Amino acid sequence: MSPRNRRSSERFAETVLDGPLLEVSDLKTHFRTDRGLVKAVNGVSLTLERGRTLGVVGESGSGKTVLSRSIMGLLPKHNVVRSGSVRFEGREIGAGDPRTMRPLWGTEMAMVFQDPMTSLNPVMRIGNQITESLRYHLEVAKDFANETAIALLRSVGIPEPERRMREYPHQLSGGMRQRVTIAIALACGPKLLFADEPTTALDVTVQAQILDLLQAQQRERFMAMILVTHDLGVVAGRADDIAVMYAGEVVEKAPTRTLFTEMRHPYTEALLKSIPKLGDPSHTRLEAIGGRPPDLVDPPPGCKFAPRCPYAQNRCAMEVPVLTESGSSGHAFACFYPVGVGAAPVAGA
Amino acid sequence: MRFVVRKLVQLTVVLLLVTFISFLLMNLLPGDPVEVIVPFGSDEQRQALREDLNLDDPMITRYWDWLSGLVRGDFGKYYTTSSSRPVSKDLKEALPVSLQLMAYAQIMALAVAIPVGVATAYRAGSRFDKAANTSAFAMLAMPNFAIALLLSYYLGVKLDLLPVTGYRPFGEDQAEHFRRMAMPALSLAVGQIAIYMRLLRSDMIATLQEDFITMAKAKGMRPRRILWRHALRPSSLTLLTVAGLNVGTLIGGAVVIEVIFSLPGIGRLIYEAILSRQYVAVQSFIVVIGAAYVILNFLVDILYSILDPRIRHVRAIQ
Amino acid sequence: MSEPSNSEASTQSVDTQVLLDEVTTAELEVAPTRRIGVAGWLAAAWLIMVVLVAFLVPLLPLDNLNESVASLARQGPFTDGHVFGGDGNGRDLLSRVAWGTRASLEVSVGAVGAGMLIGGFFGLIAGYFRGRLETVLTGLLDVMLAFPQLVLALALVTFLRGDPNQEGGVRLSTVLVLVIALGIVSTPIIARITRASTLTWAQREFVLASRAQGARSFRILFREVLPNVLPAMFSIALLGVAVVIVAEGGLSLLGLGVELPTPSWGNIIALGRNDLRDAPHIVFIPSIAIFITVLALNYLGDVVRAKFDIRESGL
Ligand SMILES: Nc1ncnc2c1ncn2[C@@H]1O[C@H](COP(=O)(O)OP(=O)(O)O)[C@@H](O)[C@H]1O
Ligand code: SF4
Ligand SMILES: [Mg+2]
Repeated sequence: MSPRNRRSSERFAETVLDGPLLEVSDLKTHFRTDRGLVKAVNGVSLTLERGRTLGVVGESGSGKTVLSRSIMGLLPKHNVVRSGSVRFEGREIGAGDPRTMRPLWGTEMAMVFQDPMTSLNPVMRIGNQITESLRYHLEVAKDFANETAIALLRSVGIPEPERRMREYPHQLSGGMRQRVTIAIALACGPKLLFADEPTTALDVTVQAQILDLLQAQQRERFMAMILVTHDLGVVAGRADDIAVMYAGEVVEKAPTRTLFTEMRHPYTEALLKSIPKLGDPSHTRLEAIGGRPPDLVDPPPGCKFAPRCPYAQNRCAMEVPVLTESGSSGHAFACFYPVGVGAAPVAGA
Repeated sequence: MRFVVRKLVQLTVVLLLVTFISFLLMNLLPGDPVEVIVPFGSDEQRQALREDLNLDDPMITRYWDWLSGLVRGDFGKYYTTSSSRPVSKDLKEALPVSLQLMAYAQIMALAVAIPVGVATAYRAGSRFDKAANTSAFAMLAMPNFAIALLLSYYLGVKLDLLPVTGYRPFGEDQAEHFRRMAMPALSLAVGQIAIYMRLLRSDMIATLQEDFITMAKAKGMRPRRILWRHALRPSSLTLLTVAGLNVGTLIGGAVVIEVIFSLPGIGRLIYEAILSRQYVAVQSFIVVIGAAYVILNFLVDILYSILDPRIRHVRAIQ
Repeated sequence: MSEPSNSEASTQSVDTQVLLDEVTTAELEVAPTRRIGVAGWLAAAWLIMVVLVAFLVPLLPLDNLNESVASLARQGPFTDGHVFGGDGNGRDLLSRVAWGTRASLEVSVGAVGAGMLIGGFFGLIAGYFRGRLETVLTGLLDVMLAFPQLVLALALVTFLRGDPNQEGGVRLSTVLVLVIALGIVSTPIIARITRASTLTWAQREFVLASRAQGARSFRILFREVLPNVLPAMFSIALLGVAVVIVAEGGLSLLGLGVELPTPSWGNIIALGRNDLRDAPHIVFIPSIAIFITVLALNYLGDVVRAKFDIRESGL
């Protein structure tokens, strides 16, 4: 038995089939830079059950990408300070060490990147980019890998997959390329898929198709998915739960339906107001309330949203609101003066 | 295809200009070429040379005759006071020697520079990287003739490991052939190693920042595979172009190196022709080298677009 | 000489950050930092010394460079107070190398100076006026670059010089021939770099502003553009001098360098080759002089480039 196979059998042996697929608690990822410590992810906790979809929403720069890459262990090697715990199938992988992560990459967790223009190797044929991981991880024969790849391409909606196999990425449109990256991510049947703004770089007309494809695949394969986006509209009908991020922190978290009906955090409200209307060019900045996300090196004291928050009061600039569960089950938010509850302070009361 | 056609037109124009410049060289000679080439020749011989060179024709006719001669393989003659013999035979014998020398040097340079370049990019900032960079910087400052002389002194004279001069054809004795080509090729390779290594390193560092590398990593590919299968080829385009262009440096270097190691290549022929004032022959050698270099660059350009399908595509639709 | 590193900690978003695990992202640049550093000062000191020797060599207390002493022939360094020993003919090697500095610098600085004037001028006007002028000029330069450099130099020297014993025709000194030939060879390279740099500067606001105010073209070109293009030209000039010093050495080995009896670093090496077996110092001492000088020039060229943030767009 090859070392690779042995490793995967060990993996299966210790796999716990009950309990959540992914548990993240108090995850912090900071970058050392010339300007100081950039607190890109600052104490995030999440739980994700098998086969479910979590939407992570926040404007550009709120730390969504860093969060997903921290969980997956795809961070630069140098000048990164990480702490907190990540448990995948009950196993601690918080250290993100490439030696422990590599057996998981591709087979257990996979990622679809934001820009399909840059995430495919320009000088490698599409076919090879798909069969590569099949052959490496599953050690299947070449013919079998090719057939599987063609089937994969067909399942992600690529016409004439046999021909596409021999083509290079530049010969495909953006939407087609993103389908290819999805096929690559799905190739080895991961249990968890990260989709980091999978449609932001695409034409509005194909955005919905790609999202539907992701959703269909996720259901079909009973695969968990973390769908990252700046657009609440994208996750509205597709995620089971939603976590709203601001300045490296989760400020509101709830089952999707609850979030939309009982939205509490002013930032979530602002995000909702900025959902692009159909046909609008997609915005990555928060247009509705103006202002920019805070400096992550030296964030404002108190609530980090206070400088931009229309509901802010004196207390907000001095005390830090804590993410607190309240009301219906699974709904938590970090705000002293939540929306729709009158002026009565809730959190920390 | 249209790209190739356009390139071919360009190639033809440059070839014409290069041959024309080489043709003009004879006019730079201080004094009458006939006087310079056969100073002690008889009147008959001078007249023969005058006719060989068509010296009484107008310039453009002369150029045309000379050029069509070249195309037919007539590279002029060597002239002595009493006789003359064609250059083409010597040229034909010398050409393979020079080509071998340059090919070995290029292979040696790439064989060292590619692994070192990949390794330094992978471990950028490490002590190994710094040492390799510093050595490359020093290697760039070493003239190839100084390396050649240093090698022939230490390996040839002091340690008596390798023969200092002379050539042995590959067909006659392969081991001896390589023993005799080792020092000349290495002398030429040292500078190229430094250039290629630095180039590949910086391109490779840029490539390793690309999303598709992260993607390959997220697929669970091992670093070695990522480096060699994913990152090397997109990083090697500049390297390839420069390796092509550097053949120019290599040709210039080969002339000097052939003289130092007494290798019977074109460089050695040029050297001897200059010494014995065979300006017709020198002119032919120059034009052969110039044309060969132009054609080679054309081929590199084509190869370049094969290596990078993006360019092939962009150029195809242009 | 070590190269100081230049780590630019970047604050780019992760999307553009290298994420390959063991691949370090420390962007160690090959070019040195903006600071000149110890190595830079050493390099500058060496070059100043070389220039001083070239200028002051007649005043230095050196032995006669042409006087042969039989007992000194092929003797190594420190024989009878001769620091560099003697050459193959028993002449003092120190004084020959010192005088050789002069010829080598005359050729290299002369050739690069000529290349800077001609190539710099063409590069400036091609980059500034653009249009058909640029097309023609760059086309011409490209044809010159179609020859391997040393081969073109060799051809020019061979034909410009003709037969040394030949009567008649205009005979130039070999130093002048080398300056012309190597100057011609360096022209297209310098023109290319100058043009590339001019292109970027000619589009800057302050230049466009003076254009809009109706300033005369040549005035803008020389007052506004040229001063900004000079650093790029200067850095390529430093590298150019290094290349020409080496080229003179190579040509000397082909018998086409500075003509004896005038010594140059190149022709001392060429002559010393005959005695490599018994007296390698004759070859190695001038070779080391060339090596250190080229090293210093390359290093300072990199410093200038890093200091003025010149990208190698011309290559
Ligand atoms: N390698 C890094 N070094 C320093 N800062 C970083 C690095 N990567 C990301 N950041 C910073 O972290 C913050 C969050 O970035 P990101 O996760 O990409 O945001 P999002 O994906 O939500 O748009 C940004 O301010 C970004 O500048
Ligand atoms: S805590 Fe205050 S500032 Fe922060 S979101 Fe709530 S109301 Fe706004
Ligand atoms: Mg992002």
